[in-house]
Amino acid sequence: MDLTLKVWRQNGPNDKGRIETYPVSGVSPDMSFLEMMDMLNDQIIRDGGDPVAFDHDCREGICGMCSMFINGEAHGPNRGVTTCQLHMRSFKDGDTITIEPWRASAFPVLKDLAVDRSAFDRVIQAGGYISVNTSGETLDANAIPVPKAQADEAFNAATCIGCGACVATCKNASAMLFVSAKVSQFALLPQGQPERATRVQRMVDQMDKEGFGNCTNTGACAVECPKGIDLSNIARMNRDFLSASASEE
Amino acid sequence: MFESKIPSGPLAEKWTSHKNHINLVNPANKRLIDVIVVGTGLAGSSAAASLAEMGYNVKAFCFQDSPRRAHSIAAQGGINAAKNYQNDGDSVYRLFYDTIKGGDYRSREANVHRLAEVSTSIIDQCVAQGVPFAREYGGLLDNRSFGGVQVSRTFYAKGQTGQQLLLGAYSALSRQISKGKVEMFTRHEMMDVVIVDGKCRGIIARNLITGELERHAAHAVVLASGGYGNVFFLSTNAMGSNVSAAWKAHKKGAYMANPCFTQIHPTCIPVSGEHQSKLTLMSESLRNDGRIWVPAKKEDAEAIRKGTMRANDIPEEDRDYYLERRYPAFGNLVPRDVASRAAKERCDAGFGVNETGEAVFLDYASAIQRYGKTEANIRGLRNPSEAEITKLGKEVVKAKYGNLFDMYKQIAADDPYETPMKIYPAVHYTMGGLWVDYNLMTSVPGLYAAGEANFSDHGANRLGASALMQGLADGYFVLPYTIGDYLASDIRTGAISADTPEFEAAEKGVQDRIDHLINNNGSKPVDDFHRRLGRIMWNECGMSRSEAGLKKAIADIRALRDEFYSDVRVPGTADQFNPELDKAGRVADLLELGELMCKDALERNESCGGHFREEYQTPEGEALRDDEQFAFVSAWEYTGDPSEANLHKEDLKFENIELKQRSYK
Ligand SMILES: Cc1cc2nc3c(=O)[nH]c(=O)nc-3n(C[C@H](O)[C@H](O)[C@H](O)COP(=O)(O)OP(=O)(O)OC[C@H]3O[C@@H](n4cnc5c(N)ncnc54)[C@H](O)[C@@H]3O)c2cc1C
Ligand code: SF4
Ligand code: FES
Repeated sequence: MDLTLKVWRQNGPNDKGRIETYPVSGVSPDMSFLEMMDMLNDQIIRDGGDPVAFDHDCREGICGMCSMFINGEAHGPNRGVTTCQLHMRSFKDGDTITIEPWRASAFPVLKDLAVDRSAFDRVIQAGGYISVNTSGETLDANAIPVPKAQADEAFNAATCIGCGACVATCKNASAMLFVSAKVSQFALLPQGQPERATRVQRMVDQMDKEGFGNCTNTGACAVECPKGIDLSNIARMNRDFLSASASEE
Repeated sequence: MFESKIPSGPLAEKWTSHKNHINLVNPANKRLIDVIVVGTGLAGSSAAASLAEMGYNVKAFCFQDSPRRAHSIAAQGGINAAKNYQNDGDSVYRLFYDTIKGGDYRSREANVHRLAEVSTSIIDQCVAQGVPFAREYGGLLDNRSFGGVQVSRTFYAKGQTGQQLLLGAYSALSRQISKGKVEMFTRHEMMDVVIVDGKCRGIIARNLITGELERHAAHAVVLASGGYGNVFFLSTNAMGSNVSAAWKAHKKGAYMANPCFTQIHPTCIPVSGEHQSKLTLMSESLRNDGRIWVPAKKEDAEAIRKGTMRANDIPEEDRDYYLERRYPAFGNLVPRDVASRAAKERCDAGFGVNETGEAVFLDYASAIQRYGKTEANIRGLRNPSEAEITKLGKEVVKAKYGNLFDMYKQIAADDPYETPMKIYPAVHYTMGGLWVDYNLMTSVPGLYAAGEANFSDHGANRLGASALMQGLADGYFVLPYTIGDYLASDIRTGAISADTPEFEAAEKGVQDRIDHLINNNGSKPVDDFHRRLGRIMWNECGMSRSEAGLKKAIADIRALRDEFYSDVRVPGTADQFNPELDKAGRVADLLELGELMCKDALERNESCGGHFREEYQTPEGEALRDDEQFAFVSAWEYTGDPSEANLHKEDLKFENIELKQRSYK
């Protein structure tokens, strides 16, 4: 396949940035999107240019590092996959593809398509854990039975990979889906109950401090989420947040 | 410093008695001591969190943008523990025995026994942290079986066990970061270790956003920097996985142990073309239920390769379930090295089932039927139709392996619920790594290695679901205790200064290497060299090895390394975000490591576990060990040239297990 790529180039956080156009030819439909980007970079380097910087690591949809806004959609046109799992067979010969970074003021661009998502780590540091020491001197694991349905729901919430597609997709750049996934995981488990109220308050406070926008319930985040994190998590977090604030007053 | 420090006494009491007798650092003094942890995978995150909790001041480093993204996140199938929840006869001893046997008798009894002992605490710990393991309807934890064992001791969270365990360790780490006990440095790469008066006293790190070099001093340094499977270019490892931290330590005096012991995993998605950048694992858990086969007739295999026949067209009697045929006792659940070689044997003999001839089938049809029938019974369906059974069976398989099946579908554009998957072995894990003593200290005082970065527990072949166990054992339960034995003598040392000639020299060395790469102005990108290195390693130091091939590989790698230094092109500058420069430094180290791996493979004139030398095999084609001459750990000391390294031998003593030819028949 022959393609035309329109790629966002930005030299650093303070550069204004611009779109540049690159033709690529000989793209195989079996290539992943990132392998196509490797091919582009190989070409740029051999021509003496500056390759396109982008984040990636596992290339199998689990580390949450890859993050491209492709033709106006986070992680591209397919549902339920990350950028690294997108394959070129989803495109046609002759297509023009626009590739941009996540855009959100809480995620400043480092270079080209790579952004700084450390705000997510700080939200987790604010309370996304159960305060138990790692000594191993805890109850026997089977002393805490968890009904399967509840365990499965906690697991589903826990599969969030922290990629930030939800933020990039939201017109307000809200992080509600990400934060609510972590809040829900613990809210659904018996181990998470003692800190349930403080956890949600601290995490939401930190989320606000990081400059993420408000949630206006458009649901766009859940559509683009590669892990199918459900909007019900946001509802659960809102309930927990309200009841935590109410009991404080 | 080359003493294994294995405690005396009966095997089952060594660890407890060791903990009772080693030196401790009291809580007030821990506050005076700084520890650096490089890496935030399972081993690094758990170590950093535990050390901080105990009171040490910790600095942790990772090259990704968040500690949560370490390669451990990708582990799929599960984690072992001798809980015996299934009441199927499991015990600490059995886990110990399986691991020693699985490793083909090339690991230390004492280390492995300790690992089996602490395995049960890991599960308790993780559940307390809120790790959502799979559960049964009664609310208790579920288990599955992995290769090389006959009990169900593997705990799992769908096909995302590594993710859930790492997020657990990351949450413990985050808690310590919020308390200020861990200072976290993301997008930082360790470029060298700094040795002062024979002790490791810090590192030189590079800020990958700005390119700045930084000096970090500490009383001790822990490397939990993962494995080096990427020396093969194509592997199941994450793209950034590398050997640099360990290799830099090696060049500063830390011995590399058994570097040639590589695990080739039998169930990965086959290579599809030249553009391929990595390979994807299909978890070993799939061998619980999937059956592996190739056509029994060559003409059928040829027809499949040509596309004129499909898997489902081949009748049952014309299928060769070769693992079940050759190894009736373990069947599809033989250890990885055995399963991989058997797949290669069939494909080399002309029975491969994809265009390249390098693939076998992994078939779920009978599992779907079996589960479908059980589910129909559970639901009380009388005389269910074929279609109903199939539908129910697919639902069960989806619940167990859904994400793996989806992943396969994405990559191979084929539906594994309908036709068998095609799989082939791929590089997956490195058993070799930095040599460590029983305390996990390398041959450099004050420098420790944990997780996949060390060589300690898996011998010549790792059993499935044991790497996660080892990473968390090292980080949560071993290192936090053993490091105190060394640090106890440091309580009066005071803060370590980074303003010394040793730090200055190390920093200058790093700067010079970077300058060389950036100013080289060659013609080929880094990947070009990495791919070629990978090809040499796969052909000559992969699933089978020979004297002639290894000698050739050493010469080829040396030539490739020379070409790299004269002709690599690294774009951009050193003082900017420059992933190509990061990659160039890592590939430079892999180009040296590869040579040492071949040297190690050449010197080990026997076959054991994942190390298969063509010259040493039984008449049935199984690995032929030579315990008389090779029951030792090869620990290599760097002398300035990778293949001129000095060999130190640590003899392995088996006092509790009788050495036997491994049999899974
Ligand atoms: C696809 C796949 C599936 C697997 N499934 C299983 C399974 O089901 N069960 C099982 O037991 N095992 C499994 N394994 C193996 C297991 O995942 C790994 O062996 C284990 O997670 C390694 O953990 P680690 O903490 O040692 O290192 P890693 O998780 O690799 O972490 C390395 C860390 O070191 C950092 N680092 C490296 N170099 C530097 C440097 N120079 N400077 C700064 N930081 C650095 C990285 O940033 C990272 O944080 C699997 C492996 C793969 C590839
Ligand atoms: S909620 Fe979904 S889109 Fe948002 S960070 Fe998590 S996985 Fe990514
Ligand atoms: S590179 Fe890891 S999720 Fe895409």
